[in-house]
Amino acid sequence: MTSQTDPGTTAVGPAASAPPLDLEAALADSQVEELLATLDRDLVGLVPVKTRIREIAALLLIEKLRMGVGLSAGPPSLHMSFTGNPGTGKTTVAMRMAEILHRLGYSRKGHLVAVTRDDLVGQFIGHTAPKTKEVLKRAMGGVLFIDEAYYLYRPENERDYGQEAIEILLQVMENQRDDLVVILAGYKDRMERFFQMNPGMSSRIAHHVDFPDYEADELFSIAELMLERMQYRLSPDAARALGEYIDRRRMQRNFANARSIRNALDRARLRQANRLFDRRGAPLGREDLMTIEAEDIRASRVFDRSETTVEGSQ
Amino acid sequence: MRITQGTFSFLPDLTDDQIRAQIEYCLGQGWAISLEYTDDPHPRNTYWEMFGMPMFDLRDAAGVMTEVQAARGTFPDHYIKLNAFDSTRGFETIRLSFIVNRPLHEPGFALGREEAAGRTIRYTIRPYATDRPEGGRYS
Repeated sequence: MTSQTDPGTTAVGPAASAPPLDLEAALADSQVEELLATLDRDLVGLVPVKTRIREIAALLLIEKLRMGVGLSAGPPSLHMSFTGNPGTGKTTVAMRMAEILHRLGYSRKGHLVAVTRDDLVGQFIGHTAPKTKEVLKRAMGGVLFIDEAYYLYRPENERDYGQEAIEILLQVMENQRDDLVVILAGYKDRMERFFQMNPGMSSRIAHHVDFPDYEADELFSIAELMLERMQYRLSPDAARALGEYIDRRRMQRNFANARSIRNALDRARLRQANRLFDRRGAPLGREDLMTIEAEDIRASRVFDRSETTVEGSQ
Repeated sequence: MRITQGTFSFLPDLTDDQIRAQIEYCLGQGWAISLEYTDDPHPRNTYWEMFGMPMFDLRDAAGVMTEVQAARGTFPDHYIKLNAFDSTRGFETIRLSFIVNRPLHEPGFALGREEAAGRTIRYTIRPYATDRPEGGRYS
């Protein structure tokens, strides 16, 4: 099917008479709307992130339509940087992003390869290049997600091999844009410093997406969502206790948003199991197995006076 | 004389797009791809030099194509072949192998005759290319 009018043969039919493009059909065809809807449903909060992703998806869809009628602005640069505190959903969103790019036809396989400095940088001279290239080859056709990307660059050690990895990365980001999408992730302030030190990297990244911290009520919804998925539920008392827990935990050091909540729930499950185990002999119903009581949560060390507990020890 | 060997030896050399399609097939089968090169075209020269490490866990042909281009850049006047290794128990061997690069000019082979006991003649072939030392054979 040709949607383009041929100026040589159809003298009567100018380009204006070309049939209007069906945006709806293109949208339905890519099934991206459905994906964005699940993104909205599964991820609590993160409104600015969702808006940005919607914008990017719109841009890519329009670009595809433009290509269909012979308008071209060159392949769009898709490399991204996700900045935000730990546990704000950067990896999760990156996985969804890979899927979106795949549906829109900007990524052939749509898989995500998540790496850190250790996977890219070698231990001795001549080790870095093959290592980085191997990771890049594995990520081709999909998305390369580099967590805590700023560790690649260590200005305090001028002989650090990280610089070599960055240079190889830059080369591939520039020359093989249709083979690979790179997403860099990390804390906002450190990423900004990283980009200042590596202007080449900064200029090749088209989309900077910032992940805000979650509000208390959002964290509570996240907890509910997690419990629902694990087929647990909170007793009314426990719900109140969890609300208090979240308020206290947020004030403490090393708070890692959704990750801290997940850990807290895991520990609550542990205590629930212990509680059920201790009252052996009493009849045990399906309800008992599902329900987390207030005491399971209130036993947490977060409810102690001390403010110096660290993640992993509550 | 055009050397042929491997899976598509009866076909003209594959184009890059055809090579890419073959790689996609191999990756789809879960085979690991490796590249080898040599400048000794003797048919009994089975073990060629490895170009880089075999590539495991790849999802897309682009990664292998990058490596093929790199190999062609480094050894433009060598034979380069692409091997696909199947690690499935029971196979554990190369399942597919074909040449992806060859020298521009291939001089062919000389026929050698050796007088053996009782006026027996033993025949052997020797590539003209190997008259010159390794590395400078096709330049």
